[in-house]
Amino acid sequence: MTEVIATNQTILVVGGGISGMTAALEAAETGKQVVLVEKRPYVGGRVTQLYKYFPKLCFPTCGLEINQRRAKMNPNLTILTLAEVTDLKGSAGDYTASVKISPRYVNDNCTACGDCEKAVEAEFDDDYNYGMGQRKGAYLPHSMAHPLRYVIDPQMLGSEDAQKAKDACKYDAVDLDMQEETIEFKAGAVIWATGWRPYDAAKIQPYGYDRYADVITNVEFERMADPKGPTGGKLVRPSDGKEAKNVAFIQCAGSRDRNHLYHCSRICCMATLKQTHYVQEAWGDEGKSSVYYIDIRAIDRFEDFYRKVQENANVSFIKSKVASITQSKDSGKPVLNGVDTEGYNRYANEHDLVVLAVGMEPSVDPESFPVEIQLNREGFIEPATDNGGVFAAGCASDALDVNRSAQHATGAALRAVQVVNRVAGTEG
Amino acid sequence: MSDLNTAMTAKYRNNFLKEVEANVEEGEWVKMCMQCGVCSGSCPLGKHWEHPPQEIFMMIRAGKRDDVLKSDSMWMCTSCYNCIVRCPRELPITHIMHGLANYAKRMGLAPKSQPTNQFSQLFWDNMMKKGRVNELKLGLSLYFKDGFGDGVKNAMANQQLGMNMMKAKRMAPMEIIGGHSLKDVSGFQKMIKKAHEIEDQNIQDFS
Ligand SMILES: Cc1cc2nc3c(=O)[nH]c(=O)nc-3n(C[C@H](O)[C@H](O)[C@H](O)COP(=O)(O)OP(=O)(O)OC[C@H]3O[C@@H](n4cnc5c(N)ncnc54)[C@H](O)[C@@H]3O)c2cc1C
Repeated sequence: MTEVIATNQTILVVGGGISGMTAALEAAETGKQVVLVEKRPYVGGRVTQLYKYFPKLCFPTCGLEINQRRAKMNPNLTILTLAEVTDLKGSAGDYTASVKISPRYVNDNCTACGDCEKAVEAEFDDDYNYGMGQRKGAYLPHSMAHPLRYVIDPQMLGSEDAQKAKDACKYDAVDLDMQEETIEFKAGAVIWATGWRPYDAAKIQPYGYDRYADVITNVEFERMADPKGPTGGKLVRPSDGKEAKNVAFIQCAGSRDRNHLYHCSRICCMATLKQTHYVQEAWGDEGKSSVYYIDIRAIDRFEDFYRKVQENANVSFIKSKVASITQSKDSGKPVLNGVDTEGYNRYANEHDLVVLAVGMEPSVDPESFPVEIQLNREGFIEPATDNGGVFAAGCASDALDVNRSAQHATGAALRAVQVVNRVAGTEG
Repeated sequence: MSDLNTAMTAKYRNNFLKEVEANVEEGEWVKMCMQCGVCSGSCPLGKHWEHPPQEIFMMIRAGKRDDVLKSDSMWMCTSCYNCIVRCPRELPITHIMHGLANYAKRMGLAPKSQPTNQFSQLFWDNMMKKGRVNELKLGLSLYFKDGFGDGVKNAMANQQLGMNMMKAKRMAPMEIIGGHSLKDVSGFQKMIKKAHEIEDQNIQDFS
């Protein structure tokens, strides 16, 4: 049984992405008791799946390492992975949370030696790589996973392979009898940092994401560019594995659109500008990027980044919302059809690969919040006083980049600290 | 704003956009266009348009009254609704195109030889005679719109089609004499005339 020591002066953080981690660490480093509940088997959230960060083009692993080290060193912070808050009762200063913990089938003895992985044969879709490629049934989600412990895929349970994993472990770390459990504990304030998910590109019917293999999303492109990703960092066409040198980016794919997401996610323009660097880096002058856009939104300081990309002769900008994607009968390549706004020229441009710059939507459906909470039309959490002691952090509140997520999360930590300080004042 | 400011901004206000907003059906939507171009790219007849919808919206804002109203572009719209379905701002583009065509016609600026315009006129004249459309006569007037010689040629070319339609009772040959009618044709004609007058009164003058 997992034990959590918590009181009305404890801060509960739901979601362990960059926002949840930041909020949890900031609060814990002021001396507060913090419990972080993360659904995945590791913390870090979606930034662990990015290859590089704009604007500095540095690696997310760097900031992640700092945060994970802070987490390891802080005795005030308890991290529960594979865990979800299923219920939250009470009010500011006095909440009771129910948390469901799914079995990892691997205990604390694990040293991440990898023997179990070598022993098993069964493979499953790799969700860390957005389903591009497969991973073993005994796996480490990614090389920097924290906690650094293997996971046994429940789909493998009861098979010979599961037994092989157990037998291969020298440390008695594989425990196939682990059960799901639900625990309850107290909290004075709650930080909701469940983040975002990419908009479902298949809903944009004219772009044929579900019909054409060479039409992918920006999050998939991040994985493709990563040397540790499913293609070993090679930019290739999923249809035939051939080199993808002529890459098209479609902005506002399902964003700022009353048929899809109403809002602008703000980061997709910057993500694309960043990804043109990946193309350049991979192929040099042979790599060509074409950015189809309505208007480029490189907010405040990012304007410089945009200017530099504009100066790159290998990147062209086409002011037009692409009307449809078809497939060339001769080459089988995707063809982008539309009319541009600078001269009203009709085009039908062939590319090796098309990247849909999809936006962010809240990861939690409005109906499945375990607690009464004020959401806006887009499903993001409003900073409403009605929310009592529940404060949103990062992309649970709006589409934000990492910098703004971390700032927002620090603000949320301060609000939560104020609530538990009030509790401490009355409880003494 | 001070009076002077208001006066100065008013000077730069574009009358044609205002005229479209006031007088064209669904015209108040024009200013909502964000020039993404998805309508133009989605139009199946797009390449035959002199100015695709996105350009028309920009021309309206730029005050190009004559260029817009004399254009044959909006007469090319076949009401397939692709543009409406895809417009990220839900502009009723198809309806705006029809609104513009209608307004251009009212202003006497619609291109006379544009086939859709011609057919619409034939349809209207045909319907106004009896308050009912006489399909046989409408078909014939379409065949003969470019003169007697062409008419005979058209009729010969479609002879078999006509016979088949008659056989299938899709065309009544007796419609050629008189044809079916409303009970009170002159009442109907008066009503339409009155409606026209009311509509004309509502047209605002921006000249
Ligand atoms: C293509 C692309 C590229 C990007 N590139 C950059 C970049 O270069 N630079 C930059 O600054 N930003 C970039 N961003 C934005 C960046 O990804 C976000 O700012 C960041 O991920 C926000 O972190 P978060 O913690 O708020 O959300 P998330 O990363 O989504 O974390 C949320 C966490 O909550 C967990 N969770 C969800 N629901 C529950 C639940 N019910 N219970 C428990 N846990 C739950 C999730 O598993 C996850 O771990 C990019 C975004 C995209 C789409």
